Amino acid sequence: MADFLQLLIAGIATGAIYALAAIGFTLLWQTSQTINFAQGEFVMLPAFFALAAMKWGGAPFWLACLVAVAMSLLILGVAFKGLIVDPLIKHGAMPLVISTIGLSIFLKDGVKDAYSAEAQPFPAIFPDRLIEILGVKVSLAQIGVLIIAFGVIFVLQWFLGGTRIGRQMQATAQNPTVARILGVPVERMILYTFLINAALAAMASLLISPIYLAKFSSGETLGMAAFVAAIVGGFNQVRGAIAGGIIVGVLDNMAAVYVSTAYRQAVPLVLLVLIILFRPQGLLGRKEERAV
Amino acid sequence: MKFKGLLPFAVAVSLAVPALAQDIKIPNIIELSGGGATVGNNWKNGSSLAVEEINAAGGILGKKIALEFVDTASDPGKARAAIQRALDDKPMAIFGPIYSGSVNATLKLTAEAEVPQIIGGEAANITAQGSKYIFRTSFGQNVSMPKIANYIRDGVKAKSVAVVFVNNDFGKGGSTSIIKELEARGIKVAANISTEAGQADFAADVVKVKGANADAVFIYLNEEESARFLIEARKQNLDKPMLGETTLLGQKVIDLAKEAANGAKGHVGLTVDAPIPAVQAFGKKFEEKYKYKSDHNGMKGYFAPYMLKAAVEKAGKWDAKAIAAALHGLTITTDKTPGILIEGTWDDTGEIDRISFLAEIKNGKQVITETLPKLKK
Amino acid sequence: MTRFNALKTPLIVLALALLILVPADLTGFGIPWGGLKRYGIYILSLWLVTSIAAMGVNLIVGYAGQETLAQAAFLGIGAFTSALLLKAGYPFFVVFLLAGALAFLVGIVLGFPALRVQKHYLAFVTLAFTVFMWLVIRNEDWLTGGVSGMDVKRPVILGVSTKPGLTFYYLILAMTAVLTFALRWILNSPWGRAFTALRENPIRAESLGIDVRTYILLAFAIGSAYGGFAGALYAPLVEFIDPAPFALGPSLLFMLMVVVGGAGSFAGPFIGAAVAVLLPEWLRFAEGLYLIIFSVIVMLMMALCPTGIVGLIERIFTPARRPHADDKGPVLKEAK
Repeated sequence: MADFLQLLIAGIATGAIYALAAIGFTLLWQTSQTINFAQGEFVMLPAFFALAAMKWGGAPFWLACLVAVAMSLLILGVAFKGLIVDPLIKHGAMPLVISTIGLSIFLKDGVKDAYSAEAQPFPAIFPDRLIEILGVKVSLAQIGVLIIAFGVIFVLQWFLGGTRIGRQMQATAQNPTVARILGVPVERMILYTFLINAALAAMASLLISPIYLAKFSSGETLGMAAFVAAIVGGFNQVRGAIAGGIIVGVLDNMAAVYVSTAYRQAVPLVLLVLIILFRPQGLLGRKEERAV
Repeated sequence: MKFKGLLPFAVAVSLAVPALAQDIKIPNIIELSGGGATVGNNWKNGSSLAVEEINAAGGILGKKIALEFVDTASDPGKARAAIQRALDDKPMAIFGPIYSGSVNATLKLTAEAEVPQIIGGEAANITAQGSKYIFRTSFGQNVSMPKIANYIRDGVKAKSVAVVFVNNDFGKGGSTSIIKELEARGIKVAANISTEAGQADFAADVVKVKGANADAVFIYLNEEESARFLIEARKQNLDKPMLGETTLLGQKVIDLAKEAANGAKGHVGLTVDAPIPAVQAFGKKFEEKYKYKSDHNGMKGYFAPYMLKAAVEKAGKWDAKAIAAALHGLTITTDKTPGILIEGTWDDTGEIDRISFLAEIKNGKQVITETLPKLKK
Repeated sequence: MTRFNALKTPLIVLALALLILVPADLTGFGIPWGGLKRYGIYILSLWLVTSIAAMGVNLIVGYAGQETLAQAAFLGIGAFTSALLLKAGYPFFVVFLLAGALAFLVGIVLGFPALRVQKHYLAFVTLAFTVFMWLVIRNEDWLTGGVSGMDVKRPVILGVSTKPGLTFYYLILAMTAVLTFALRWILNSPWGRAFTALRENPIRAESLGIDVRTYILLAFAIGSAYGGFAGALYAPLVEFIDPAPFALGPSLLFMLMVVVGGAGSFAGPFIGAAVAVLLPEWLRFAEGLYLIIFSVIVMLMMALCPTGIVGLIERIFTPARRPHADDKGPVLKEAK
């Protein structure tokens, strides 16, 4: 039982990170109907912005974190939208998807050549102390990750549903044409989506790197998990991505213990296929009614 | 306008500089991208360092060496293509690959072409296939695993062991070899747990190890994953001896796992912390140049050019077949070839014999507790 | 379009002649051309094999407007089928057909449920399938050799060993030609024309009585079979297979090839495969940086000519009819 709880908590903590990345998937999906194959690299990169700021800029850690967030907004938000998405979106989804595949190779190898091929230790935001709850050892870092992840998600939910800009963003996502007629500044709303995605990626990066180290290739696993999480939870709902992330995180751990370590990756995928067959809009998603 | 993207590319192609004609070009076919990028880059740095030194000292028999780096993308098919291409130019030797799968996919080609191939692969079966042109830079698992199995039996006195391995050719080969050796010594294998390269969360694996309730844990993962496993093991209070081979006791693991690495012990083939001045001097040189500490792959890469040097000098001429023949049965000593760092002997299968170490991580430092002699004197 | 079309047949004949003659040693015929070295032949062979698999993806992506992330998995199905059956001593052509047939069947089984649901879901299901196949290849050592891989022998056909690179190259060239003309025939048949109608306007096609779902399913299965055929040639070409080439990354690369080459055009896959196989060769001077340059070229190419290289060429050949040439790329619009 203690083992089970241990796995559950570790799974939820990992899953919360997946959720942060998965929300980005769903946001970009809603606004541009595209799959960002570089999403994993988006989570890998900000940690290296911070490392670079400390190594070459001599910045203290807190400043480096701010630099990482700012650079993410600039590069993964503004530049990504302006240089890659905008020129391509009018040609349909496919060239854009291909371009993000190119981008993921570019970011991965760029970091490898510009910084290092070695995994890098990353300073922890939370002290690495262990505490015991109900016979389960939990590190403060894990609890911190959980609190921040859920905090961010909660704020985002509130922002999307409870503020004017948030509702305009949702209107844009659901039907840009109608939104434009209703006077919503669609272009700006789309930019906000990209900025939020970049901020979430930076957040995930700063949270996960102290625990799992910063490495150029770490986006591969993350991107895949976030992608599966987004589909399982529902590709068009923020709260779906959260549920999906946690389910994937927990399932992965449970599968390793109770099914097989060799096939642990297969279990979330089986779930994914079942979801697609029986509930294609995802666990918490709503049916897509938008005419293409 | 339309060709804007292609133009600089065309210019760059025409500017690509060919290697100087009088230099001996050695293709270095290694893992520079994909899963093995860390390993490959260490090797690349190590071999570059050695070649610089050799060239600065006048080269080998008066000829300078030019390394040509080719990426295998950690894919045996691509490695094979790259070796085929290299062989079309009839090189004197080939360095790499490091991944055993890629070595297995290529060793027949170099054997057919009669070109010596100095590799980083450690899988047991590499030297068992009868190639007269394959040479290791580090112990094969067929050599290192009996050593660690002896240590588990005599040093740790464990009756049962849980094995954790990374599911790639390196880890799988290691797991197969160690299980064979453990069983031969009457030690029970309580669990054999496969993990993924790049795996982040080891909670489940540690739970499984705890469930196996073995006397000791044998961890055969790459450095980062070793660190993550140790961190999780400490978290879950897994208080069994953590045993491993070279990768468990590396500096990288200590840097990453910090105090969780303390207490890990096992067998180390190559380490810059070895109590040998030449090795430590190499470690310093490497760190000064590349701003990080070399792992065993950096050392392996460093040996390759010096093995070539010793063999060419013994053969007395630059001739691929003669170089291979010279390496067989050759003992390279540190007084004749200081760059070899540790005396080594290559037998006629290309297997290496040299001293190795038992080590333990104490207070965030790798401490050598015992030096194991060469198998044959 | 017309000027380009008139050139098509002579171009194809010329290309085929070059593919036959260039690798061979022609000095015996009094022509001072020593042929390609072993490696050149290998790369040319690899390009053809990759093109076969890419043709399959083109059928799925370019003509049926779907997305597949499983072509590398089908390549794997073909490769392991051929590796195991060749080892068991079956004749090559039987092995070749079985590899394609198996991929076709798996394609039907995989596509049938996925196509019941919305667009893009085929992509998700194929992604899951690719990862699953990769896990099976890695973990079932008894069958596939696991992570250590397995050696493959080149077949003997009618008493002729295909061990020499040039002989095997001609086998691949012949198979590529057969598969190319088969696909052309399919696309020009009434069935194939229904297909084009489907691509131009699925809603109209449906109202004309075309069962869209069956057509898409068949297209997916045939496209997957091409992956199987390619795999059956890939294994003996490389003479060694392990899980790496059949993972998700290579599957993405197949999609990339087809779109970069020009989705929905017949020559697209060949050009795209050339970009994926040959371009990294030309970029070798850049050593470690070649992947970065490659990815930048891909991104630039998508930005400058989203209809792919074929789209770009057509635009150059038909400057006056540009708006029409742009109409030729409706696949991309449909993919939306």
